[in-house]
Amino acid sequence: MDLLSTLRMAFRALARNKMRTLLTTLGIIIGVGAVIAMVGIGQGADQTMQKQIANLGSNMLFVSSGSRNFGGLRIGWGATKTLVRADVAAMVKECPAVASAAPGTQTTAQVVYENDNWGTRITGTTPEYFDIRAWPFQGGVSFTDEDVATASNVAVIGDTVRKNLFATTDPIGKTIRIGTLPFMVVGVLVAKGQSPAMSEDQDDIIIVPLTTLQKKITGQPWLRFVMLSAKSRSASYAAKEQIEALLRDRHRIRPGQDDDFTVRNLADMADLASEASKVWTVLLGSIAGISLFVGGIIIMNVMLISVTERTREIGVRLAIGATEADVQRQFLTEALVMSLIGGVLGILFGVGLSFAISFTLEWPILISPGAIAGAALVAMAVGIFFGFYPAQKAAQLDPIEALRYE
Amino acid sequence: MGASRVNSLPVPADDPATDQNNVVIQVEDIHKIYHLGETEVHALRGVALQIKRGEFVAIMGASGSGKSTFMNILGCLDRPNSGRYLLEGTDVSKLDKVQLAGIRNRKIGFVFQGFNLLARTTALENTELPTLYARINKAEREQRAVEALKMVGLAERMDHFPSQLSGGQQQRVAIARALVNRPSLLLADEPTGNLDSRTSVEVMEIFQTLNDRGLTIILVTHEHDIAQFARRSIVFRDGKIRRDEAITGRAIAAEVLKSMPVLED
Repeated sequence: MDLLSTLRMAFRALARNKMRTLLTTLGIIIGVGAVIAMVGIGQGADQTMQKQIANLGSNMLFVSSGSRNFGGLRIGWGATKTLVRADVAAMVKECPAVASAAPGTQTTAQVVYENDNWGTRITGTTPEYFDIRAWPFQGGVSFTDEDVATASNVAVIGDTVRKNLFATTDPIGKTIRIGTLPFMVVGVLVAKGQSPAMSEDQDDIIIVPLTTLQKKITGQPWLRFVMLSAKSRSASYAAKEQIEALLRDRHRIRPGQDDDFTVRNLADMADLASEASKVWTVLLGSIAGISLFVGGIIIMNVMLISVTERTREIGVRLAIGATEADVQRQFLTEALVMSLIGGVLGILFGVGLSFAISFTLEWPILISPGAIAGAALVAMAVGIFFGFYPAQKAAQLDPIEALRYE
Repeated sequence: MGASRVNSLPVPADDPATDQNNVVIQVEDIHKIYHLGETEVHALRGVALQIKRGEFVAIMGASGSGKSTFMNILGCLDRPNSGRYLLEGTDVSKLDKVQLAGIRNRKIGFVFQGFNLLARTTALENTELPTLYARINKAEREQRAVEALKMVGLAERMDHFPSQLSGGQQQRVAIARALVNRPSLLLADEPTGNLDSRTSVEVMEIFQTLNDRGLTIILVTHEHDIAQFARRSIVFRDGKIRRDEAITGRAIAAEVLKSMPVLED
């Protein structure tokens, strides 16, 4: 029998039991939908992450005090007091891959301007910080090295702080209070948005000279972090190794002993950021796998029922000249068409699911044609694999007994 | 696939005993034994038979007489354990499954007791079914199906589903389906078993008309009245042919119908 007639026959047979066909394909629908959503989310997360990391500053490295912890960048902060400004000076001097470095420490404080107040993060650092993070000003200027040397009360504020304390007023030259100390606002940074990995608002920040924070607010002479820039993007790996070696040497850490600091380059941060999307990928991947498997078994089961129901039809077909191969092809085609229907509905479902998830997580919508083609192929493979046994059973019916079947 | 398997059929055996042009069925000493667990059932015990072109044979016999087994062998649905069966000179007992399917498709038309039409499929499409397995192009398939339906007087109801047709009409669709590939042999297994007496005679009228046009028909029936429409009757008992004779005082369906009361169709 030619392909067109076989297909027509399959569609007709499936149209006879529309509800059954739909329910049978449900497993495939969910499986294919999950595959497409999975790939869409993976790629959406990837793209978002790339954008956010580019936003962090080019060739950036980040050294934090305390040991490495995969749970997040901040855990372990301040646990050690060994990271000091002399280390930073040594990094710039002795690590050839390092271009510049900005030491930093951080605390939180309540900030007051006139009648408004706002709790925010206070970072103390040096003017290099703004260059390393490629963070331009929307108004005013950075504080200077002179300000750092003299521990003067000047501050650069982030956009969120500006919005909360100043609303429509120009903050430049105004005096705010951090804790009990007055600070003059010298600069306002442009908005950067959410940071990758740690979902914190990067603009909710006030940056003051390192020495001011250390001496007048926290009273702690050690550093919590160092921001560095490598000489090039490719140099960031060399920079990481050089810094690690230098710090181990300077902190007298013996071989085998754990570091008391953590160095991350952009690639490390990318790994961290992809953790979230990995959870989704694993979840949806499992759903897809299980659904496709169960969906295949449902198809097999329903096809077996169908073969039994249509025993006489098979007998007639064999009697009037269908070969075993004809009958087998007929039932295989039915299983295949059924799984393809599931595949098409599943693709629609998956696209819808991707839209829903990307809307919730505010990720860009990415529907890859490759995933759609792949999902369709997988659906077909499931149809052929699970349709084979029922089709085989149909083809091997004895025509005489099949014709007698009641 | 259809075309190739028909082309691959062996050339008819050059047997001087068989007149190729006239003999449709030549059966020589056929035995068939079924194994049902431990017991052996000797269904056919040496059946020999010759049926010529244009014959109308009624095969009769009680159940267990071997007539169904014989029909299955004639229809190439089953193979004998020993003996030879030549259909139009071809020894079909030597053919493989695919070749047998080709024979069933092209040379034999089947009519069953239960009509066996596909549900929710029009009369035309039901009739077309065997042509699908014969690799005939779409236009000719439809033309042949329409012709066959005209032959059984159902041209007006081509688009009806079986559920919209009476039993007699359904059986006529089944006959059209059996005729569509222009077979050399029509095998009817209890074709009137599910029909009332008038409809039965109407079906026999169609058979007689087809037979008058030269079609060879073999009819299995247990109804003596129905057998009277054939030209020759063969009676099976205990796996052997007990009687094989020409029918005298043959009934003509067209005339019988005139004497029957007209019922709602």
